[in-house]
Amino acid sequence: MEFLVASAIGVLTAAGLYLVMRLRTFPVIMGISLLTYAVNIFLFTSGRLTVSAPPILTDATTYADPLPQALVLTAIVISFGMTAVVVMIALGAYLGADDDAVNDIAPTDAGDSK
Amino acid sequence: MTHWIILPVILPAILAPFIVLAARYHIGIQRVLSVAGVIGLIAVAAGLAWATSDGTVLLYQLGDWAAPFGIVVVGDRLSTLMVLLTAVLGLFVLLYAIGSGWDDRGKHFHALFQFQLMGIMGAFLTGDLFNLFVFFEVLLIASYGLMIHSGGTVRLKAGVQYVLFNLLGSTLFLFALGSIYAETGTLNMADLAQRVALVSPEETVGIRIAAVLLLLVFAIKAALVPLHFWLPSSYAEAPAPVAALFAIMTKVGAYAIIRVYTMVFGPEVEVTAGLHGAWLLPAALVSLALGMIGVLAAKKLDRLITFAVIGSMGMVMIAISLFTPEATSAAVYYIVHSTLAAAALFLISDLVRTGRTNLDLTDQPSIGGAHLTAGLFFIAAIAMTGLPPLSGFLGKLLILHSAIEQSTMVWVWAVILTSSLVAVVGFGRAGSTVFWKAKSIERPADAKAPQTPTAMSYIAVCGLLALLVAHTVFAGPMTRYTNAIAAQLYAPDAYISTVLDTPGKLSDAKADDKKGEDH
Repeated sequence: MEFLVASAIGVLTAAGLYLVMRLRTFPVIMGISLLTYAVNIFLFTSGRLTVSAPPILTDATTYADPLPQALVLTAIVISFGMTAVVVMIALGAYLGADDDAVNDIAPTDAGDSK
Repeated sequence: MTHWIILPVILPAILAPFIVLAARYHIGIQRVLSVAGVIGLIAVAAGLAWATSDGTVLLYQLGDWAAPFGIVVVGDRLSTLMVLLTAVLGLFVLLYAIGSGWDDRGKHFHALFQFQLMGIMGAFLTGDLFNLFVFFEVLLIASYGLMIHSGGTVRLKAGVQYVLFNLLGSTLFLFALGSIYAETGTLNMADLAQRVALVSPEETVGIRIAAVLLLLVFAIKAALVPLHFWLPSSYAEAPAPVAALFAIMTKVGAYAIIRVYTMVFGPEVEVTAGLHGAWLLPAALVSLALGMIGVLAAKKLDRLITFAVIGSMGMVMIAISLFTPEATSAAVYYIVHSTLAAAALFLISDLVRTGRTNLDLTDQPSIGGAHLTAGLFFIAAIAMTGLPPLSGFLGKLLILHSAIEQSTMVWVWAVILTSSLVAVVGFGRAGSTVFWKAKSIERPADAKAPQTPTAMSYIAVCGLLALLVAHTVFAGPMTRYTNAIAAQLYAPDAYISTVLDTPGKLSDAKADDKKGEDH
């Protein structure tokens, strides 16, 4: 199971980084989503991998660490909200400039931005 | 247990939704509420700074849960000073935004402004790394809204870059937190400080990776070269009052580095010894050099100021990376100075823009209110480049003095002194182009007379510059206070024992168990 989870994190991170480097808003946002999936699984494993154990302290000898689960929940909510924001801003920029490149095309000497 | 310390977070958090829900169609009411809120914040922050000035560490346990399990808010000398600085900066920026009418050029400026303050205050006060992440996100999401305030294609495009860069930074932050938790089983800073010290020297791989990842994250926030690429475009394209408020945001990164790398991964901790110092100082020196070269090379006034911000962050990081009490004291003095100076410069660039079609450093007819604006620019440029008699000079002197016994002294002195000269030339060229050459350019006969900025805009800028003067005049008491801050930072036992030994719920049951509760 360790190999499966570790390779999942690795593949997601690699794919995410590749997409981020495409420098077009849609692939970049997809890439960032993949990266957040990777980091969510990574956070989850930071409390050690345990199967079918309760996430509370009982008399049983094994238990799952509940803190990473709470951290992951927070991270999921935040990344979800952030992705929504970046989609809206990217859409606005794309519709305004008719171009979805992330980097500067040319020095912005086209005039004032106001 | 005093409840006051949570108020800098709660007050904007309540005020912002109230502004959105109750006053969304009335800019006048929004302005009154927002200014009243910030004045209240200053009062609370001043009270907190007074309460911690004798070395007391204020602790607030949310829901009365004891420290390693529950969430804590901690105020010591450094964090309350930063909170006070944020509140005071917030007031002048807000006055400028109202005076110049920026807040009325888009929706929800005041609500987002309050949320931004909430995030910054929380980041300074939290005693927990995960909550540091949460408050970073709060301040970032508010800053996304402020950054694209009043819209425009160029601004939106810069906004996309800014948001994407920070999203990647947040992901990296989570990776760092995950590795720290996997290694130590806690994210409370005081608890971490104890547990990192217990890590055996043979098993340092994980904790070293975590320490470096965390440093990278904070370096992104602090815009340290080579992680500074997000800053110039976004600060230059953001509305000027927003950019002025953002002057404190890079300092959040600097604050986090000071906090974590004096307490948790301190210079004396064996497993990570020398790790950050070896990387931080060269990066800081390059930041300072590159920032000031950028000042010389900039073709627009707002870009020039953004590179000055990068350079001044480099100066702050040089002092931090020396990791001695004397250098940290100098760093805190310089942080206060450079926040005020950068904010004033951003506001002045907007004063210039009011009377000009753009901020290009080319010969154009003179602007409205040119004499006063030119005078203010002169003062702010003196402060930023670190010429006597203002606090930039004193801060630089303190940093140079703190480096004098270090083995890296030659590099520090050479880079700081050379880059200061470059910055003086850069600012001198910009000022003479914008203000002096304008005298000889005839205004086209059919052109309207240029707009003059409102009195309130000038009051806000003069207020910031007056604070800089006060920071210079009261440099004696101020350096005594920053020395006290540094002393407290390098003796974190009082902080740790206050956080961990204050009783609360759960404190008697299984206190040494690793399992955490609510987050």
